[in-house]
Amino acid sequence: MTTKSFGEPILRKEDPRLVSGQGRYLDDLGHDALAAAFLRSPHASARILDIDVTDAIDVPGLIGIYTYEDLEGRVAEPLPLLIPHPALLNGRTGYPLANEYVRHVGEAIVMVIAEDRYVAEDVVDLIKVSYEILKPVVGIEDAKAAHNAVHSSVPNNVSAHSVKEVGDARAMIKSAPHKLSLDLFIERSACSPLEGKGVYAIWEEDSQELRLWSSTQTSTGVRAAVAAKLDLPLQKVECIAPDVGGGFGVKIMHPWPEEVLIPWAARKLKRPVKWSEDRREHFISSAHERAQEHHIEVGFDEEGRILGLDVTFFHDNGAYTPYGIIIPLITSTQLLGPYKPASYRVEFTSLFTNTVLVIPYRGAGRPQGVFAMERTVDAIAKYLKLDRTVVRERNFIQPHEMPYDLGLIFQDGRPLEYDSGDFPASMAMLKKMVGWDDFETMRSEYAAMGRKIGIGVACYVEGTGVGPYEGGFVQVETSGRINVATGLTSQGQGHQTVFAQIVADELGVPIEDVFVTTGDTRRFPYAVGTFASRAAVMSGNAIALAARQVRDKALRLAGEALECDPQDLEIVDGIIRVKGDHAKSIALKTVAVLSNPLRYAFDESAKAATQFAVGDTSKPPVPEDQEPGLEGKDYYSPMASTFANGMHAVIIEILPETAEVKILRYVVVHDCGRVINPMIVEGQIHGGVAQGVAGALYERMAYDESGQLQNASFMDFLMPYSTEIPTVEAGHLETPSPLNPLGIKGAGEAGVIPGSAVFASAIEDAEGFEIRRMPISPSELWELRRTMKENA
Amino acid sequence: MNPEELFLVEITVNGTPLSARVPARRLLSDFLRHDLRLTGTHVGCEHGVCGACTILLEGKPVRGCLIFAVSVAGSAVTTVEGLVNNDGSLGIVQRAFHESHGLQCGFCTPGFITTIHAYLKENPHPTEEEAREAIAGNLCRCTGYQNIIKSVLRAAELIDSGVRDDH
Ligand code: FES
Ligand code: FES
Repeated sequence: MTTKSFGEPILRKEDPRLVSGQGRYLDDLGHDALAAAFLRSPHASARILDIDVTDAIDVPGLIGIYTYEDLEGRVAEPLPLLIPHPALLNGRTGYPLANEYVRHVGEAIVMVIAEDRYVAEDVVDLIKVSYEILKPVVGIEDAKAAHNAVHSSVPNNVSAHSVKEVGDARAMIKSAPHKLSLDLFIERSACSPLEGKGVYAIWEEDSQELRLWSSTQTSTGVRAAVAAKLDLPLQKVECIAPDVGGGFGVKIMHPWPEEVLIPWAARKLKRPVKWSEDRREHFISSAHERAQEHHIEVGFDEEGRILGLDVTFFHDNGAYTPYGIIIPLITSTQLLGPYKPASYRVEFTSLFTNTVLVIPYRGAGRPQGVFAMERTVDAIAKYLKLDRTVVRERNFIQPHEMPYDLGLIFQDGRPLEYDSGDFPASMAMLKKMVGWDDFETMRSEYAAMGRKIGIGVACYVEGTGVGPYEGGFVQVETSGRINVATGLTSQGQGHQTVFAQIVADELGVPIEDVFVTTGDTRRFPYAVGTFASRAAVMSGNAIALAARQVRDKALRLAGEALECDPQDLEIVDGIIRVKGDHAKSIALKTVAVLSNPLRYAFDESAKAATQFAVGDTSKPPVPEDQEPGLEGKDYYSPMASTFANGMHAVIIEILPETAEVKILRYVVVHDCGRVINPMIVEGQIHGGVAQGVAGALYERMAYDESGQLQNASFMDFLMPYSTEIPTVEAGHLETPSPLNPLGIKGAGEAGVIPGSAVFASAIEDAEGFEIRRMPISPSELWELRRTMKENA
Repeated sequence: MNPEELFLVEITVNGTPLSARVPARRLLSDFLRHDLRLTGTHVGCEHGVCGACTILLEGKPVRGCLIFAVSVAGSAVTTVEGLVNNDGSLGIVQRAFHESHGLQCGFCTPGFITTIHAYLKENPHPTEEEAREAIAGNLCRCTGYQNIIKSVLRAAELIDSGVRDDH
C-alpha cells in the first residue's frame, strides 16, 4: 500500500457539501408536505376533562385534529419500554397522545395537521383543553417524600431499585482506620443538539409502503418500532436518517410519539406529513439527564487506599421510563473509574417525577458517577493531607492487572472487565502537561498579585463499543467506485470519512473512490444505532471485516485472471498486481466486471464480462459457493465492551468580587486505543469538554415547584458561546484494545465525562471549602463563600 | 375565517432575483428555506439566540428568524449557498472550515460562515482573541468552538495568500 490513511488527519469527505449549504437535514426535505403541530400540556400533573375544538375547525388550511380518542390499533397502546431490566420493577411509558392524564409539562395531547406549520400552530392556539390540576412531584426530595404520586399505580414513586455488592463493603468500612461520608448532588441538563427532532413520512398508497425520515440516532430502531405500531410488514417500511444536526443521546430514544404519529397520519391522509420540533418543544418534550443525589461512605487506610466504598444514590428518571434504567446502571458500574477499592457496595433507587423523561445524554450516568468518585478521592487526600494525584495513583488498577474484572455486570449485561489501559502512564502524562508539580509556585505568583487560582484533576474509565453488533457492506462497482454501507447513523462524527479510511486501507484503494452511506435501512437493514461511543468500534470493525472479504475475493479472481497465486498479489491504488512484478496487473474495477458474468453488455466495461468474452467452459459461470459481484458483508459482535479512559486537569481563576470562574488551562489525556483519524478524535474531545464545562458552570434545567421549566429557551438556558469555552490541550496515549481487529476504543463521550468532577476539584482547591453540588453558578459560589465565612 | 392575505416578495438572493407570494408573517428564514427552497440557512431556535439563521442583508449579518420576508422586499440577500465561488469551488471561509475541521454535524455552520465572511471584510487580520469574539454570537453544540476559531484564522491566512474568493 502506498498511502496509508488509518491514523492520518484526513479532511472530512462530508464537509464540502455541508459548508456550501448542500446538507439535507430533516426540515430541508418535504417542502410540500402537510405540517404537524402539537398542543402540549401546560401542567406537570393533570387529568384532561375536555378538549374543545369548536373555535379551531374553521381555520382555512386545517386538515385534521387528532386526540387520543382518534388513535387506532397499536398506535393507541402505550409506547414500548425499550430496555427492560429485572431491577426496573415499575417501568411506565406514555402514549403517543395523552390518554386522560398528563405527567409533565410538554406532553403531547392533540396533534394538528394543516397545510403549513403557521396554520397548524394557529389551530393549536384555538383548541381549549380543560384540566383537573393535580399536585406534581418535582425533584428527588419531593419524589422520595411521596406525598403525591406520578403514577397512581406506582408506590412511593419508585420505578427501580438495585443493590450490588463486591465483598463486604459495610464491614470493611467499619473496620477501616479512617472513614468519611459525603453527600453529592448533580442537577439536570440536556443534550440540546442545535437541530431538534423531526419526522417526515410518505405513504405510497399504490404499493402500501411507508418511507420515513427521522432525525434519529437509530433508523433501524425507528423502522422496527413504526412497523410494529402501524402493523406493517417490516419490508413495507424504510427509514432514513438524513443529515442530523447533532444528537448526543436524545435521538437514540425511539419511537418518540411523533415518530409513530406522523407516519400514522401520512397513511391515514394519504399525503406526506412532516413535523419539525421547535426549540421550546425540544426543551419540554424531548429528554433531560443527570439529576442524581449520592451518599457515600468510604473507609481507607493511612496511605489513602480505599478499603470499602458504599454508595447509595437516587436517580430522577422523569415521568416515564421508555429507555429503562441504563443511566443509574452505568453510574453504579462506571463510578469506579480506574480504581480498585477492596470492596464495593452500590444501591440505587430510580424515582418518577412530573418532569421531562430522562434518557442518556453524552456521558450517560458517568459524569455523575465520576463526580461522586472523584470528590471522594479528593476528600480522602484532604483528610490525610496527601497530594490528590498520589491518592489516585495508590488506588489505580495497574497495567499488569489487565484484563481486570471488577466483579460487576455492565450496562450490556456482560461482566464489567477492563480490557486495557495504563492509568499510571496517563497520570504521569497529565501531570507533566499541566505542570502539576509546579503548581504551588504558580499559585504563589498569582497570590502575590492578589489573584486566586486552583487546580483540579479527575479520572474516568468509559465502557465503549457496546454490543450487540453492527454490520458493514462493501461493494466494488465496475466503475471503480466503492460503495460502503452500515446501518448505524451519523450526527457529525465524520463516519463518511473514517469508514472510508478503513476501507481505503483494507482494500488498497484511493479514499476518493470510497462512498459511505449510514443510517439508511434501504442500504443496510441490520443495525443497532449510534450511542455509547460505539460507532467506530462496532461499524469500523464490521466494515473492515467486510472489506477483507472483498479483498480476498478480488485477489482470488485476479489470481485466476493473471494465472498466479493470490498470495503473491497486492492491491495498490486500486490496481491488483504481482508483488515484485508490477507489469503483471489488473485493475480492481476490471475484477468487479469479471466477478459478475453477464449476458448483456450495458457499457464498454461490461463487454468484457459477457458470455462470449470470458469463462472457463468446463465450469458454471458462477462457481458453486460463490456469488456474483465483488462485494462483501460482515458483522462485528464483541464478547464485551472495550474500555477507553482519560484524565483531565483544569487550572482556574476565581474572581474575588464576583466569584466568576475563569479557565486558565484545560488539559486532557486520553486513551481511545488506535486512532483512525486524530483530527476527528480531537474534535470529539473539544466538543465533549465544551459540554463538560457547560454542565459544570452554566447549564441546568430550572424547574419551579409546580413543574414549569422556567428556562426553556436559549435565552435562559445558558449554553456556552465561544467566550466561555477554553482551548483544550490534548495528549494521546494509545493502548490498543485487544478485543477487536482494529484495536480501537470509542471516543465520542470522553470529553464530557469528568467535567463536573474536575471543576469541583479546582474550585475546592482555590477556595478551600467543600464543593458538593454541581453545576455551580457565580452567585451560588459567592453565597457559599459567605456562609463559609460566617460559619468559620 | 378568511384565508390569509398574500404579498408578493421580490428579493435578490445570491445575485439572482427571486420572488414568492407569502403571508405578511412569513419569517425571512422560512421564506428562504421553504418558499425559495434554499435550505442552507438553518433554524436552531427561532428566537434570535443561536445564529444558525444568519444571512447577509446588503452585506450585513442579520438573523433571518427575526425578520419578516415582506420587510426586506427589494433588498439583496446572501446565503451560505451564495458564498461558493462562481466555478463551484468553495469560498474562502468555507474552505477554511473544511481544512480546520471547523464543523461536525454542520447544522450551525452556515450561520458561522456568513458571520465570519462579513467579519473578515471589516477585520481581515484578527488575533485569536478577536476571532473568538467575532463568533461569540453564534452557538455550536458540537465543536467546542476551538476549530471554528482556527477556521477564522485560517480564512484570514487564505485571504492574505491571495486565494480566490468571488464574494
Ligand atoms: S434560528 Fe435564528 S437565531 Fe436561532
Ligand atoms: S457543528 Fe454541530 S452544532 Fe456546530
